[in-house]
Amino acid sequence: MKTLVYINNNHFSAKASFEAVTYAKKLGGEVVVITYGDSTGAELLGAYGATKVLVDSSLANADEQQITRLVASAVESTGAEVIVFSHDLVAKAVAPRLSVRLKAGLVSGAIALPETANGFTCKVNVFSGKAFATVSVKTTVKIISLLPNSIQPENIGGSAVVETFNGNTGESSIKVVSTKKPEGNIPLPEAELVVSAGRGLKGPENWGIVEDLASALGAATACSRPVADIGWRPHHEHVGQTGVAIRPNLYIAAGISGAIQHLAGVNGSKVIVVINSDPEAPFFKAADYGIVGDAFDVLPKLTEAIKKFKNAN
Amino acid sequence: MNILVCISKSPDTTSKIAFTDGNTKFDENGVQYIVNPYDEWYSLVRALEIKESLGGNVTIITVGNTGDEAIIRKALAIGADNAVRIDAEPIDAFYVASQIATYAKKNNFDLILTGKETINYNGSQVGGMIAEHLELPYVSLASKLDVAGNVLTLEQEIVGGVQVVEVATPVVVSCAKGMAEQRIPNMRGIMAARTKPLEVIAPESLDLFTQFEAYSLPDAKKACTMIDPMNMESLVELLHNEAKVI
Repeated sequence: MKTLVYINNNHFSAKASFEAVTYAKKLGGEVVVITYGDSTGAELLGAYGATKVLVDSSLANADEQQITRLVASAVESTGAEVIVFSHDLVAKAVAPRLSVRLKAGLVSGAIALPETANGFTCKVNVFSGKAFATVSVKTTVKIISLLPNSIQPENIGGSAVVETFNGNTGESSIKVVSTKKPEGNIPLPEAELVVSAGRGLKGPENWGIVEDLASALGAATACSRPVADIGWRPHHEHVGQTGVAIRPNLYIAAGISGAIQHLAGVNGSKVIVVINSDPEAPFFKAADYGIVGDAFDVLPKLTEAIKKFKNAN
Repeated sequence: MNILVCISKSPDTTSKIAFTDGNTKFDENGVQYIVNPYDEWYSLVRALEIKESLGGNVTIITVGNTGDEAIIRKALAIGADNAVRIDAEPIDAFYVASQIATYAKKNNFDLILTGKETINYNGSQVGGMIAEHLELPYVSLASKLDVAGNVLTLEQEIVGGVQVVEVATPVVVSCAKGMAEQRIPNMRGIMAARTKPLEVIAPESLDLFTQFEAYSLPDAKKACTMIDPMNMESLVELLHNEAKVI
């Protein structure tokens, strides 16, 4: 059996890519990666279990329709039976298209390896993280889109063979007018540690103490919906039902009461720390560790304690 | 502009999530169903705004049984012109997308809108699947949509940022926050909705790709450990030794 992993262009050293390749490796068969654009660094994926990386270098940028055609031709040429994506914004557009194109069942947002003893079933998050479902896939070719932070990447050493591949991707029907990518930030859905704050911070000028803690931890910053709505923080930081859903190892929330819509975006977090001056804040019910106190006192103290810990370790 | 808006029912955000029949079915007992918020607040309202400024028609479509007529009437009350219900259980995303695509193929739509995902299955699959069935471009997670002639300008979220794209109709778009503001139906809308056309169509038979076999709930959280705000060293110690996350 062969497994094909789609990796975004130039994402050869992204944690999400390592996770997807590790996941594919654990399925047991040979792992081949398909990507496009610049092939520099593609061999790195060998360390996580890929034997070969196919690169369509004729494409610098591609829309999701072209990526679908690219992956479909790679499936045809490799005979892969399982296709793995990291469940990011590209996968959310490409995997469903590919499912229809290849008549292959799609598991969208898998959080674990499949059970194959009796058929092929996979666990996914449903009801905005409030429950899990077991999905069985009935088709010969199967597509799994893996939620970030579901599996620990395993570096087993080694290097992959990089080969040029022509994906017959056709023309793009979507014209990109402009692109805006904030520099230097850890993308929220991939972050293992997240520090988040809400209206309890009283104003955007007070975010320094949140950023200080995030930088001491090496964490990404996030915020609640009201804070993004009134423009204190950019919209891409908004976690919750209508914003980004995240599942980091550690989520620290300061001055967020914990409305059900906010919880829907963070309840997949492994450990939740809640800092709130109101002991009745509903968020404490969902928290692992709680601190009743003023964020303006607690955050700097926590930052100091983290720095001390980092220096000692 | 002739617009098709795909809507789905979902349990109200505050619903208790539980399962019956040996954890194979969602427990509907006491659950209030609503129009999936992304479909209603973003797709449907933006479709209505486009129609109001440029003219045209807004059709809503759902795959569901007779019990779904309440959410259909709600969407008509907000302002859709007519509705289509494909009379079948919405088994999985592929089933739903295929049924909608079959209907869309026979009717010429300039624009097909979905929400970014449903709040119950969170799969984010239906839009892409419809697009592939119809061999149309698909712009996912759009937060802005403007129309000039047959060209749409959209802003969408991409990995690590946002981008602005242009695409000619026909096109499939999934709608995220920022697209429009929620509209509350008024009495006139509610009265008008009662007589707006609702077409019920038999589904086509399909081989299924996937099936939801069973559900489970996360382990109950143990009680929150409260920590002295003056002693953040103890929190760091717990995060390192007990939770092992730093």
